[in-house]
Amino acid sequence: MTVPAGNSDQSAAKLSVQHVGKTFRANHGDVEALHDISLEIRDHEFICLVGPSGCGKSTLLNIIAGLEKPTSGQVQEDGTAIAGPGPDRMMMFQEHALFPWLTVHGNVMFGLNRRSQLTRKDRLAIARDHLDLVGLSQFAGAGIHQLSGGMKQRVALARALAPNPRVMLMDEPFASLDAMTREQLYGDLQRIWTERRKTIVFVTHNVREAVCLGDRVFVFDINPGRITAEFRIDLPRPRNMNDVGLARHAAEITQVLKTMAEAAGGNP
Amino acid sequence: MKGLRRRLVTCLFFVLVFFVWEAMFRARIWSRVLVPSPVDVFVYLYHAAREGTLFVATWVTFKRLLIGYGSGLLTGALLGFLNARFRIADATLGVITLGFQTLPSVCWVPLSLLWFGQTEAAMQFVVIMGTVWSMAIAVADGVRNIPPIYGRAARTMGATGFNLWFCVMLPATLPFLVSGMKQSWAFAWRSLMAAEIYVTILTGFGLGHLLHYGRELHAMDQVLGIILVIIVLGLVITRLVFTPMEQFLARRWGTVK
Repeated sequence: MTVPAGNSDQSAAKLSVQHVGKTFRANHGDVEALHDISLEIRDHEFICLVGPSGCGKSTLLNIIAGLEKPTSGQVQEDGTAIAGPGPDRMMMFQEHALFPWLTVHGNVMFGLNRRSQLTRKDRLAIARDHLDLVGLSQFAGAGIHQLSGGMKQRVALARALAPNPRVMLMDEPFASLDAMTREQLYGDLQRIWTERRKTIVFVTHNVREAVCLGDRVFVFDINPGRITAEFRIDLPRPRNMNDVGLARHAAEITQVLKTMAEAAGGNP
Repeated sequence: MKGLRRRLVTCLFFVLVFFVWEAMFRARIWSRVLVPSPVDVFVYLYHAAREGTLFVATWVTFKRLLIGYGSGLLTGALLGFLNARFRIADATLGVITLGFQTLPSVCWVPLSLLWFGQTEAAMQFVVIMGTVWSMAIAVADGVRNIPPIYGRAARTMGATGFNLWFCVMLPATLPFLVSGMKQSWAFAWRSLMAAEIYVTILTGFGLGHLLHYGRELHAMDQVLGIILVIIVLGLVITRLVFTPMEQFLARRWGTVK
């Protein structure tokens, strides 16, 4: 499969997370979800964030998306501070978040229809190409409820990619899928990332998934949410989940997470 | 093939009903004032249709329904939206909504007559009071049940303000809107018939008035004929308006009702 026509520019953005902190007000006092997070993400880089539930990794993703505001610090995209959501940063969620009142094709068109510089002909061509890209062109007219879980996430991926964002933010997009479907989607995502060269920030619980996909993996600790370790994954692509080298990296990261959990358990 | 057979059974059933009814009429068990022949009923309908009374009355009734139901829907939708979005509205208007929803709208007839007199406004007031509350409750439910993730996904795709409300929030409430519209329709129809039977006005005789005068004139063929017309109209509206909407929902949402 090839890069969709009319959308071939492979622009991606640098992200700079600078001393980001986020505190939520709750009835039983304030909760510090993120504490002084700093990250430099190169353009075209694939970053994975792993850590226990409640470590604030999804909050960080929402802040980069512009859906939430940080309490302190800021995120810059190519040197400009992020003020709100924008179609240059597309997001994928654990739930597919596809709109049931639209067909598969209608969903992929949704983001495109909000791009005023495209003609209708361009939009239709781009939508068709992206359904091709995820292998679902024959389902263009189908309703969302007719698709399997894996197909829904594929449509969500096509919908997010179609407006040609510079950054993709993915919040555990494969967590609710079965293992077989997930492995297929790792393959798809790696292929598409190699072709389209987006900057991707990918949040997951699954260490192997992170090692399989990421250039770098950041490990988060909890209370308050902070980065405790960074791993560079230099394995050749496409990577296979069952690769020995991949398993070795994963074991190393899992060990860090275990030590963290034990420390947290012994120190209430 | 199966559908055809089913329809045949239905038709045969009504032919049977027709003959049993006619047989009972001929047996003279009850006075013919109380139980007319089905043939008389159709003869009445034929004459009423030829004179045009039937169509004029149907149109008068429909005009009232369209105006009352339409404005009731809009008011109800707005009210429901306010109740769902603002806590202060829910604590005040929301309570009124729930309360008035339980009140049969025919109870508004005495008040409506004194306020508006024997006018179209009196009729429409009753219809609106029948429509607003159930629509408001359905819309409020719909707005409260919009999955928050739709809004987040739409905002990252560049939808804001009007666009967000019109292209995401509104369609997300569609299943609730349609069931609200359907229920409100049933209430509106009942309210109007009650109003037309109780309120005599000179600006137009609706189907309810024909029923009323049928009783006054002891014309049971007219009463039964008009009842038949009202039933058929109800079925036709459901088929033409609500069935397509529900089919769309079933196709897209995959809900089977």
